[in-house]
Amino acid sequence: MSENLPEVPEQPIARTGMFGASGTGDTSGYGGLVVRRPVPVSSPRPFGGYFDEIVDGLDHEGVERVVVDRGELTLHVAREHLVEVMKKLRDDPALRFELSLGVSGVHYPHETGSELRAVYHLCSITHNRRVRVECSTPDDDRHIPSTVSVYPTHNWHERETFDFFGIIFDGHPALTRIEMPDDWDGHPQRKDYPLGGIPVEYRGAEIPAPDQRRSYA
Amino acid sequence: MTTEATEGKVYDVAGQDWDKLTEAVAESSEERLVINMGPQHPSTHGVLRLVLTLDGETVTEARTVIGYLHTGIEKNLEYRTWTQGVTFVTRMDYLSPIFNETTYCLGVERLLGIEDRIPDRAQAIRVLTMELTRISSHLMAICTYGMELGATTPFLYGLREREMVLDIMEYITGLRMNMAYIRPGGVSVDLPAGAVDKIGELLKVMPERIKDMRKILDANPVYTRRTKDIAYLDLTGCMALGITGPVLKAAGLPWDLRKSQPYCGYETYDFEIATETSCDVYGRYQVRVSEMEESLKLIEQALDRLTGPLKNQPVMIEDKKIGWPAQLALGPDGLGNSPDHIAHIMSSSMEALIHHFKLVTEGFRVPAGQAYVPVESPRGELGAHVVSDGGTRPFRVHFRDPSFTNLQAVPAMCEGGYIADVISAVASLDPVMGGVDR
Repeated sequence: MSENLPEVPEQPIARTGMFGASGTGDTSGYGGLVVRRPVPVSSPRPFGGYFDEIVDGLDHEGVERVVVDRGELTLHVAREHLVEVMKKLRDDPALRFELSLGVSGVHYPHETGSELRAVYHLCSITHNRRVRVECSTPDDDRHIPSTVSVYPTHNWHERETFDFFGIIFDGHPALTRIEMPDDWDGHPQRKDYPLGGIPVEYRGAEIPAPDQRRSYA
Repeated sequence: MTTEATEGKVYDVAGQDWDKLTEAVAESSEERLVINMGPQHPSTHGVLRLVLTLDGETVTEARTVIGYLHTGIEKNLEYRTWTQGVTFVTRMDYLSPIFNETTYCLGVERLLGIEDRIPDRAQAIRVLTMELTRISSHLMAICTYGMELGATTPFLYGLREREMVLDIMEYITGLRMNMAYIRPGGVSVDLPAGAVDKIGELLKVMPERIKDMRKILDANPVYTRRTKDIAYLDLTGCMALGITGPVLKAAGLPWDLRKSQPYCGYETYDFEIATETSCDVYGRYQVRVSEMEESLKLIEQALDRLTGPLKNQPVMIEDKKIGWPAQLALGPDGLGNSPDHIAHIMSSSMEALIHHFKLVTEGFRVPAGQAYVPVESPRGELGAHVVSDGGTRPFRVHFRDPSFTNLQAVPAMCEGGYIADVISAVASLDPVMGGVDR
């Protein structure tokens, strides 16, 4: 044993933080300069193309605002009118959105009062048109009526959105988890849910949280 | 081995003990049998679990359980740059990776507002690779069909043909599957020298091979008895359940996004949509084979353009803020950076080096908003709902995978039929669990 060797520390050296960048990964120092084009809150008329026909044909009090962005039409519908609006979109001969492409959830934690969104993409084969219906719900009252009665295909899609975001679709025939195990805690696609670091039952091992893993600094 | 449970007697079958099971069931007075098929059953195409309630050999209730292959790809996407996202999405539906990449990139391009500026050559290469992938995916569907119904020859034939396609994909992209070849703004690298000849060879051989496949299966009495009038699902059922792709086309509706809502310039190609009116497994098989024949036509047309008017054109958008500056070149050892570019950033321009570094590590910003640009994948409408908050990483990406939706049709197709036909029904949906569970 040489005298020059450093002493072994009594406590192991604590390292925190992950290897790699956090935030945007910007290393230039200009990261604060963000130019973000806000999404239009509501678009002025005329919407252009066939969009006016859809909005006029629907003409329902449940449509809170209409957004036309990048050539796609989005109808924001109040949740209490969602089923009616969907039914009209499907059945009205001038609209005829026969095919639904399912439900997608989005979590906007900064938009107080409408944090959770269910987004429906509908397609009309008769008229060859598309429309997006968006329905929001506050995080402390996560309820949206189920649209399985209008589009039976929403059965699994609503289960998936419930599984990942915790939105409760009232009236769904069997709202259970679909991708995650039945006894899973939390809803993984929410923004307040971390990536990784969930203790997984695995004999003799535990996966540490991202900020607890070894670092290479 | 049997145990008693509240619902009744539970039989565990571990293989080689079927005689014991049949004896035990024959002795029992129970008429209803609940059988668990999967998630490791070979004919469930991966890890799909079916819970079947049987009355004799008739299925009275079919329940589908998924989630065994959930890997959280959509969550992971939110922690990587927009360009890195391609590497994730390509792993969803692993039999048609190019389609996942394309729908994702089309969504990102719409958010960026650069849809009109994608070079024509890149679009033609996208069409070329998509149609090649469609052939390999349909071959996999058809050959496993055959094998699950007891015919091993189509399986061996199908895999041999599929290997040709995968070889070409490897030659073009460097990887057989999960290529991450389509990128926002274009494709990662141009076709290497010799690729055109290789595809030309495929075009010569493949029509004959497809004919052989037809000879084996089209009028094969064993095959037709197992597929004709099996797993019936008509147009009304398809619409209600959101079914698209070959199942919908076999119900008689010529709905194909390549024709009705074209992307990547499909409107300029000449091809037909295959339809059948039988609504059964055999019809879906016929649609798939006809689609492969149409894909060959499309590949030929795309190849003509790539060697003709689109020769020597760029394959990535000419926007230094989006397209990676690397100009990848295919070296003798596979993919690599072009020596010219390396010389430029390493010895003559520090700004170019900084730009390269920032674009690759941090990535580009995508204006806030949402987009959904679906494509016609071999299994139906595949679309990515892409949401941006204006940052360098996706805020949310949701994949509408056709396998996920189509699997909902299992009860409609199987209940009331024989248990043996469940295999046909699931095979005709051609679900890929990587896409279902993501």
